[in-house]
Amino acid sequence: MELVPAVHFAVLSWHLPYEPAKCRQVQDAALALGVDVGTVRVAVVLSSARSWAPTDAQGQLDPHLQEAWANPILQQLHVDRWPTLGQSYVLVQPLPGVTDSLGRTAQGLLQALGLGLPEEAQQWIFAGQCYLFAQALTDDDLRLLLPLLANPAVERTCWGRGEPAWPLVPMWLEELPNPLTSNGNLPIPLPATDAGLVDLSQAYGWALNLQEMQAIAAFAAVQRPLRVAQGLPEDLTRCEWETLAQTWSEHCKHKEFNAIIDMTWALPGQSPRSERISGLMPTYVMAPTQEIRAKYEAMGQDWVVSAFTDNAGTVVLSADELFVLKVETHNSPSAIDPYGGAMTGLLGVHRDALGMGIGGARLLLNTDVLCFGPADYAKPLLKGQLHPQRVAQGVIAGIAAAGNHSGVPTVNGAILFDDRFAGKPLVYCGVGAILPRLQAGRPAHVKTLRPGDRVVMVGGAVGRDGIHGATFSSTVLLPDVPHSVVQIGDPLAQQRVAEFLQQACARGLVQACTDNGAGGLSSSVGELALLAGGVRVELSAIPTKYPGLQPWELWVSEAQERMTLAVQPSDLPAILALANEHGTVATDLGAFADSGVLDVRYRGESIAYLPLEFLHHGVPRLHLHARWTPPRQGEPEQFSYDIKEILLRLLSSPMVCSRESIVRQYDHEVTGKIVIKPYMGTDGHGPQDAAVVRANWTAWHGVAVASGICPKFGDLDPYHMACGAFDEAVRSLIAVGARLPLPGESNAWSGCDNFCVPNSVYDAENNPQGAEKLGQLVRMCEGLRDMCLAFDVPMTSGKDSMKNDFRSEGLQISVPPTLLITLTAKLGDVRKALTSGFGAQGDGIWLVGPTYDELGGSEFYRFFKHLGANVPQVRPQQARQSYLALMDAHARGFLASAHDLSDGGLAIALAECCIGGAIGADIDLQVLEPDLTTTALLFAESHSRLLVTVPEHLESEFAVIMPASARRLGAVGGDNLLLRRGSEQLAHIDVSALIDAYQSGGQ
Amino acid sequence: MTRVLVLRGEGFHCTEETAAGYAMAGAQVCVASVAQWLSGSVDWQDFELVHLPGGFTHGDALGAGQALAQTLRHGVMADSRAIFGEIRRYLAGGGKLIGVCNGMQILTRAGLLPNLGGQFDQELALAANPSGRFEDRWVRCQGTGMMSGEKPSTYYELPVRHGQGRVVFATPSLQHAAQRQGLLVLRYVDAGGLPTDDYPANPNGSELGIAGLLSADGQVLGLMPHPEAFLMPYNHPRWPERQRSQLPVIAGQADGLALLRHWVLWATPGTTP
Repeated sequence: MELVPAVHFAVLSWHLPYEPAKCRQVQDAALALGVDVGTVRVAVVLSSARSWAPTDAQGQLDPHLQEAWANPILQQLHVDRWPTLGQSYVLVQPLPGVTDSLGRTAQGLLQALGLGLPEEAQQWIFAGQCYLFAQALTDDDLRLLLPLLANPAVERTCWGRGEPAWPLVPMWLEELPNPLTSNGNLPIPLPATDAGLVDLSQAYGWALNLQEMQAIAAFAAVQRPLRVAQGLPEDLTRCEWETLAQTWSEHCKHKEFNAIIDMTWALPGQSPRSERISGLMPTYVMAPTQEIRAKYEAMGQDWVVSAFTDNAGTVVLSADELFVLKVETHNSPSAIDPYGGAMTGLLGVHRDALGMGIGGARLLLNTDVLCFGPADYAKPLLKGQLHPQRVAQGVIAGIAAAGNHSGVPTVNGAILFDDRFAGKPLVYCGVGAILPRLQAGRPAHVKTLRPGDRVVMVGGAVGRDGIHGATFSSTVLLPDVPHSVVQIGDPLAQQRVAEFLQQACARGLVQACTDNGAGGLSSSVGELALLAGGVRVELSAIPTKYPGLQPWELWVSEAQERMTLAVQPSDLPAILALANEHGTVATDLGAFADSGVLDVRYRGESIAYLPLEFLHHGVPRLHLHARWTPPRQGEPEQFSYDIKEILLRLLSSPMVCSRESIVRQYDHEVTGKIVIKPYMGTDGHGPQDAAVVRANWTAWHGVAVASGICPKFGDLDPYHMACGAFDEAVRSLIAVGARLPLPGESNAWSGCDNFCVPNSVYDAENNPQGAEKLGQLVRMCEGLRDMCLAFDVPMTSGKDSMKNDFRSEGLQISVPPTLLITLTAKLGDVRKALTSGFGAQGDGIWLVGPTYDELGGSEFYRFFKHLGANVPQVRPQQARQSYLALMDAHARGFLASAHDLSDGGLAIALAECCIGGAIGADIDLQVLEPDLTTTALLFAESHSRLLVTVPEHLESEFAVIMPASARRLGAVGGDNLLLRRGSEQLAHIDVSALIDAYQSGGQ
Repeated sequence: MTRVLVLRGEGFHCTEETAAGYAMAGAQVCVASVAQWLSGSVDWQDFELVHLPGGFTHGDALGAGQALAQTLRHGVMADSRAIFGEIRRYLAGGGKLIGVCNGMQILTRAGLLPNLGGQFDQELALAANPSGRFEDRWVRCQGTGMMSGEKPSTYYELPVRHGQGRVVFATPSLQHAAQRQGLLVLRYVDAGGLPTDDYPANPNGSELGIAGLLSADGQVLGLMPHPEAFLMPYNHPRWPERQRSQLPVIAGQADGLALLRHWVLWATPGTTP
């Protein structure tokens, strides 16, 4: 590949009043950097690698190009010349090979004009953006602006004064290599020493440790005579090594979650106690789910149909619907390319749902939970580190693009800030989907492929994008990552695949389906092959985006929007035709077999031949050490402050303030089934606890979805942090009217756990605190187990992301251990859902659930730069009692509103309820725990508490059924939030001041 | 029964709820992909109403609706008939055509709306929102003329969900003509019920608060707000408050469904909405 001058180019600029808002934003951002760039104009540049008209009659072509590419009322098109819009410029173009949907669409439009241009799979029109500045800026100034305009991980730039040079376009020169004779798939000689093995893994970016390399070396030695007998090279080939590296990656095999762990508890005043844990996954995640399922199965009501065995967790929603849930993270890609990383994160988790069981699910909702460094992060940026503000803007734009352009509503989420997310952000993307219980008469959640079934790849062409994504995300993030690990999604291409799958699966044409995510075909074909007992594939038919790809690259590329299907041979013609009808491509790659072998060929020649047994079960089990010592923290001395001032400042603080301006960039209404939206209430400013989505147009049942996440408590005790995250999700669902799993009721709860932790594998040199970090993870897992069992809520899927560290210039930024719990519950009737805002004048305001002296980790302490010691704890029996009583109260129609208490405690919850209803409240804390300080009552973040309102005439009946911990704080009414404790007036705040503070934060 | 065709595929996203809405409104609904239409397996002539729903056709690359509008203007069917000719034949036969959000963006770019000059030139564009953002928010609109039936005006509360919804006429005289001919059938209004330029009541800075527009021949309608997103009372962002204040009458109150009922009547030969 080389860059050559374009044969033609066109520049599309906007007439002045219709300039994109980006122009103004760039001008302001440059000024903030101290550069006065003058007026900014932006133009789209379309560059062609070939003559774009058969006649090349430029004069006659111009009107056609105008018609195809410009909106004449808003825009102007210049062909083969630059408009004079500025004195200096920056031209930004995607790096060769990076997805360029704009260029492809422009090419398609030109071809559709009927000028006789042939339709071609290969791209020859490429898009770019040119920023033109009124001022003649120096090179130094222009260089300073580059980070605002381009991301070097995916884009190339050129800049200067005067007229930009003729743009360059990529030219693909390589011929496809002969797989066995070129160096692309040469056998790799086995190093003789351990050091050699480690070097080999590092040199190729495989992320395999010494033990794993030794296991492969031993396997290779044993296999040698067999391989020679079969005409294979003695040593393992590049493709075989790559297959093992992808399949054995932490990302795919979850080695650390399945490791044997020797755990030591070093509690103060006790002698250390040790225990051997045989895998976190089986012990803490799967065991409770199995226990809950067994308990309900004995009563004939196990609602879980698939947990931890497929791409996504699946529960029964109704007689003919299953509900599919999956949440994934896309942290490393989002650190490098925030926009593309977040976008592919969401589109990738969509494919998990699409690939559940036989396939054919219909996507119902998105969730997104994002953890960033603070917007005002002021530490010097390390090499390869993007400023948290840029990361946040890119990620949010990526989520919006992926969700909005997929036609799936983004209904629930959260945004958190901490300095420790400034190296790697956490980008959790979730999806809920509905799968018919039966597809063409067969249970839709069961993959039933047989030897002889064809291996069919569906979706886009393959490029070098996303090579090594699985292994890359399984290591610490370093600067200078090759751009090939980053992908940019194409929602339209994926939508075509999704619609194709819905029809193909409904017609019974598909036996099984899985997505091409991490590891690409090597993973998807490898996993399906395990079900059949073998496979033989031929890669030469795979459509490619450009020439020059090595066969092993075809095999491990994570190019997006692709699914792998198992199809009976007799159905193959129908599958190929149906894909064509849907504007996508299906490619027959070979057949599943009962050979026990993964047999990969290219133009007939073997490039990988590996026994499935070794591929999938040969990875040595890790043996790790963990240690837990509770941190020594103290509570600060009491100090005085002004309640009104602090309440308003907390309300506008980054962790608490309204996310409305962000959430409104997400389409949360498409499909028309959304009943509880992120923001509702009188002025549309009231935050809701969970989203509620109706399942279909004929019945009134639906799904409620909520998230719980609170890494701030992990610094005090990760056990209580995990419990708190779980309880937050539970109480948020209770708040919208969900009912806990109960004998005799079909409430179909489903959970997904997502652990994101720093590197927790002890290494004397690189990770001396590894055992302590792993100890924190064990504590989190214990919390997860205890909460599942306390509430009878099964986990049905989950994901762990184990290497959330950013290392550069000798420094490391590691995320705090973080657990996201996503829970869903079936609602029998969405019309009975509850919102959070205060309703009518005179309604009684009740706090349900006791408050404790638990200010540790609170937003109140954070404001005063304290951490504290008293971490909020979940008391399962009390929590359950409160929730059951509230469920009963709601069933009797007593509740007018409900809101959970979380960040900021009671004070913030009261404020949010006032904001939602645009109405005041008169609150007396005298009825609450007399031994607690007013600060604890207002700002402690004790879990398992809800604030509900009850119409006056129902309050006496309500009081009878509630536990003693439910206290009446006062009544709804007026234009102010009045806070007092007995005779002591605490605060008097105008509701409009609450709204202003809440809306003004975090813009 | 009035026959309605709702298109899907190519990035149309609101097909499912639009089809559900027309069925609730009493129409006979057919859903077909753009590819099925162009291949000739469905024929617009078999319908009284064709609906282009919201979405991001072709990813809105090079401008909202740009790519599909070019297909409509310059493309050919599988049997080589010009697509635009087919559309004109459908309209000449009295067929009605509606575009919502991306559908409206396509119709205007394709020259089908408002077509004041009768030459199917592009007379109107939908420019980017001044906020520079896609926004999902509920707005209040005033419907007049065919949007309000026999009443002088009706108010609708509906969500907008777009990044490019600012109505811009190619010339001031076209705008005056549209106004004079009573084609501005849906306008963003303020709390007092008057058309407004003020954000966020007017979410996109549209000239004259235009939210929806009728073609000069009265057969093509485009609007930016999404009626199909308000088919049940429980879509409204204040439904619990509304329910509390008017408990018995909440069922059935959904402004979007009311509009769809209107349109079915509008498309039914021999009736007036």
